Amino acid sequence: MNIQETYSSLGLSDFEYDRILELMGRAPNFLELSLLSVMWSEHCGYKNSRPLLRRFPNEGPRVLQGPGENAGVVEVGDGWALVFKMESHNHPSAVEPYEGAATGVGGIIRDVLAMGARPVALFNSLRFGPLDDERNRYLFREVVRGIGGYGNAIGVPTVGGEVEFSRAYSGNPLVNAMCVGLVRSEDLMRARAVGEGNLVVLFGAKTGRDGIHGATFASDELSEESEEKRPNVQVGDPFAEKMLVECSLKLLEEGLIVSLQDLGAAGITSSASEMAAKGGVGIEIDAEKVPLREEGMEPWEIVISESQERMLAIVEPEKVEEVLKITERYELVAAVVGRVTGHGDMRVMNRGEVAGTVPAHYLADAPVYEREVRIPAYLEEVRKLDLEELPAPQDYNSVLLSLLAHPNLCSRRPVYEQYDHQVGTDTVVLPGADAAVMRVKGTTLGFAATTDCKGRYCYLDPKGGAAAAVAEAYRNLSCVGAEPVALTDCLNFGSPEKPDAYYQLVACIEGMSEACEALGTPVVSGNVSLYNETEGEAIYPTPTVGMVGVFEDVGRHATPGIKREGDALVLVGDFRPVLGGSNYLEIVHGRVAGAPPAPDLASEKAASDAVRRAVAAGVVDTAHDLSGGGLAVALAGMALCGGVGAEARLLPGGRQDVALFGEVGGCILVAVPEGRLGELEEHLEGVHYSRIGGTGGGRLKVSGLIDAGLDELGEAYERDLFERHAPEGGHLG
Amino acid sequence: MGGRLLRIGVTVFPGSNCDRDALYGVQRAGAEPVELWHADADLKGVDAVVVPGGFSYGDYLRPGAIARFAKVMGPLEEFAKGGGPVLGVCNGFQVLTEAHLLPGALLRNTSMRFVCTRVAVRVENTRTPWTSLYEPGDELTLPVAHNEGNYFADERTIAELEDEGRVVLRYLSNPNGSVNDIAGLCNEGRNVVGLMPHPERVSDPALGSAEGLKVFESVLRFAGAKV
Repeated sequence: MNIQETYSSLGLSDFEYDRILELMGRAPNFLELSLLSVMWSEHCGYKNSRPLLRRFPNEGPRVLQGPGENAGVVEVGDGWALVFKMESHNHPSAVEPYEGAATGVGGIIRDVLAMGARPVALFNSLRFGPLDDERNRYLFREVVRGIGGYGNAIGVPTVGGEVEFSRAYSGNPLVNAMCVGLVRSEDLMRARAVGEGNLVVLFGAKTGRDGIHGATFASDELSEESEEKRPNVQVGDPFAEKMLVECSLKLLEEGLIVSLQDLGAAGITSSASEMAAKGGVGIEIDAEKVPLREEGMEPWEIVISESQERMLAIVEPEKVEEVLKITERYELVAAVVGRVTGHGDMRVMNRGEVAGTVPAHYLADAPVYEREVRIPAYLEEVRKLDLEELPAPQDYNSVLLSLLAHPNLCSRRPVYEQYDHQVGTDTVVLPGADAAVMRVKGTTLGFAATTDCKGRYCYLDPKGGAAAAVAEAYRNLSCVGAEPVALTDCLNFGSPEKPDAYYQLVACIEGMSEACEALGTPVVSGNVSLYNETEGEAIYPTPTVGMVGVFEDVGRHATPGIKREGDALVLVGDFRPVLGGSNYLEIVHGRVAGAPPAPDLASEKAASDAVRRAVAAGVVDTAHDLSGGGLAVALAGMALCGGVGAEARLLPGGRQDVALFGEVGGCILVAVPEGRLGELEEHLEGVHYSRIGGTGGGRLKVSGLIDAGLDELGEAYERDLFERHAPEGGHLG
Repeated sequence: MGGRLLRIGVTVFPGSNCDRDALYGVQRAGAEPVELWHADADLKGVDAVVVPGGFSYGDYLRPGAIARFAKVMGPLEEFAKGGGPVLGVCNGFQVLTEAHLLPGALLRNTSMRFVCTRVAVRVENTRTPWTSLYEPGDELTLPVAHNEGNYFADERTIAELEDEGRVVLRYLSNPNGSVNDIAGLCNEGRNVVGLMPHPERVSDPALGSAEGLKVFESVLRFAGAKV
C-alpha cells in the first residue's frame, strides 16, 4: 500500500494529510497517522459541525457545566446536580443491532460516570424503517433487546424514550441513547490531566482488537460493504460495566483520583489526548503495560482499540496502591499504563522506545470545514398540499382506530416492558406519561426528562421542525409539572458533503437555537452523527432533543390518565391545527407533504408555563399534550391510560378531520374537578383556553363524529409491535 | 421486642443490582440494613437475610449458578438450615434454587422476552416470617422484572408444594408461564422464601405504593419476637 492508499483507508483526505505534514514538519509513522485519523474523524473531531454548534445558546442560571466535557451538568437544588448526555450509536446498530445498541447504552453511562455521577436513568430515541420489511423488524427487535440486555443487567432503569418508523430510516436505523446521573455538585469531576509525574491508571476490562477504527467507520456512509465492518462493532459486557460503575464511584468517594475519563471512540488515544489537551500537559502511554485480551497486538492497535468497559484515571503516585486494591475488590483488571508529563505531547512508548508522538492539541484540533449552504430543491415540491384533493373521512371512528393501531402512534408498552424501568426505586411515574418523573431519594426534589424529535417535520421544514422538537420537549416536561432547564441533543443527518443534508443541518441548528433562546433552555451537551445514508439516500434530518426539568416537590406531578368521572376537560393553548406533515396525512392519505405547524414559541411557552404552575400548585394532576394524531388521539390516550371515558365538543366551522386529527404545537389537555375550575382559570390568565367537555363513562365521544368504547380503542392501541405481521408504516385506514 | 435495632443483611454479589433497593426497603421497615459482601464468609450476626435481585456474575451461565458458590453462601446455608429467615427476590430466588435451599428452577419466560411490569398476585401463605402481616387471600399489585421467572419443578414436587401449602404468592395474571401461576414459595421449614416479584420496589408511598413493605415488617416482627 502506498502512503496515499494508507491514509485514505484510514479515512483521511489529501487535504488532511497535507495539513498533518505541515503541522508535524515530517511524515508521520503509521501509529501517529492512526491517532490523527481517529481523532480527526467526524465522530471525534466534529470537523463538519463544530462551527455550526457554536450557534447554540449554552448558558443559563442552573447550568454548572456546558459543552466541552463528557456531559452537561445542571443544578437541581440542595447541592444536587444532574449530569446528562445523549449519544448516537447508529452505524454499529445498523450492522450488529444487539451489540450496537447495547454498547451505545454502555458508552453513554460511562460519559456520565466520568463526571463523577451515579447513572440513575436511561432513555433512548429510536428510528427504523417500516415493519413490513423483515430486516427492519429484525433491527427493531434486536435493538430493543440490546438496550434491555445492557440496561437491565447494569441496573440503571430505562424510563423513557420514543420510537418511530419511516421509509427514510430503512437500512439506516437511529439509536440514540441518553443517560442522566446524579451527583453532589462539589463532587463533580472534570476530565483534565494535571500534575506532572502523576500516573495514568487504566482499569476495567482487558484491551482487545475489537472496535479498531470504529470511529472512522461511524463517520462513513453505510453501504453493502458495511456488513464487512461487523468486526468494527464492539461487544458489550454489562456485568463488567456494573463493576466499573461501582468501582469508579468508590474511588471517587475515597478521594483517590485526580481526574477520570471514559474510554469510548478511539480508545486510549482519545481519552488520554483529551485529558492532556485540557490540562495543558503531555501524557505518555506505555503500550506494553496495557493488559491485553489477545496476543500479538501492535502498539497502534492497543492505543486505538475501542474495547468496552474501561476507564482511565489520573492518580497521584502515593495513592496508586490503594486504587489498585479497590479495583481488585471489584474484580477489575487495572494497571499503571503511563504518566503525566510536561512536554505537551501524546506519546506512545513501547518497551522504552518512542513508538509515536503527536502534540496533544493537534489531536484535539481537527480541521474545520464550512460548506456552501444551498436551499434544497425538494423543499418547495414537498410542501405543496391542497386540502381539496383530500376526501374527508366517511367514518371518523375507523380513522381514529387506524391511527391508534399504527406503529407510530400505538402503545409503547411492548417496548418499555422489556426494559427494567423500576430498579433503583426512584421511578415516580412509570413509562407511558409525557415525560419520565424521578425523585432524588431523601429529598422532596425530583427531575423529569424526555426525548423528542420530529423527523418528518424537519424534512418538510428543517428550521421549524427542529424548533418544534425543542418546543415539544418543553411542553412534555411542563405536562408532568417539571420546570424545563436544559437539553442535550443528538444531531442525526446525512452526508455534510451533500448540499441538501448540509442545509438541513444548518437550518435545524438555527431552529433549535431560536427555540432554546425563546424557551430559556440552553444546550449543555450533545453529539453529532453525520453520514446517515444508505446507498446514497439520506435519512430524514433528525435532531433529537433530550431535555431535563426539575421539581421542587416531586409529589406534585401530573400524568395523562383521566383519574375521575366528572372532571372538566380544558384545552389550553392556541388551537390551530393543520394537516401538513401530520400522522393522519401519512397514515390515512399516504402522503408526507405540506407545511407542518409553525411553532409560535411565545404562545408555546405561555401555555406550558401556565399548566406547569397549575400542576405545581396542586390544582392539576391530569395533563397531556397534543402531539402526533392530534386532539382525537390525545383524548383517546388520556381515556385509555386512566380507564375513564370522556366526551368533548369541537367548535363548529372548518374541516372536522383537521380539527380532530390535525397537529398543532403549544396545546395541552387538562382535566380538573369542577370545583377547582376556578383555580385553574386563575393560572390560565393571559393564555388561550377553552372548556371542551368532561370525563366519565366507558366511551370516548367527540361531537357526534367519534363514539367508541374504551375496550375497542384499547384493542387497537395495545397491540404487540413485535408480532410477526406488524403492519407497514403507512397506507392504513 | 428487645432494646436493640434488628439487623437485616443484604447479600451483594458482583452484578447484584437491587442490593441498594433492598437495603432501602429494610431501612424503611425500621431495621438496620447490613451489607453482606459476597467474598466474606460472615453474616455479621444479622437477624435475617435478603438475597436481592440483579444479574449476579452477569447471569452469563444459568442465573444464580455461580453466586451459589460465593463465600457468603456457606454461612447463609447454615443460617437457613438453622431456621433463620432468608428471602430471595428475583435473582435471589434463582440463587436459592441453585443452592437447593428451595426446590425447582426458574426457566426463561414463555414469551422469550424480559418483562418489567406490575402484576396482580394473591398471598397464599401467611405462616412464613416474611408474610405474616398479610392476610391469606390478600390481593397485591407487585412489580416484576425478569427474563427467567418461569417457575418449574417436577410433578411430584409441585404436588408437594401445593399439598403442604408452600406456595406463598400466586399470580392472578401470569407474566412468565410459571407452573400453577407460582410467584413465590417457601421451604419445608417455611423460613426460606423465594419471590419473583420485588416487594422492595413498592415499599414507599412516594413511588405510588407501599404494598410490599409488610414483607420486611413481617420479618421484623418475627425476629423481634425471638430476641
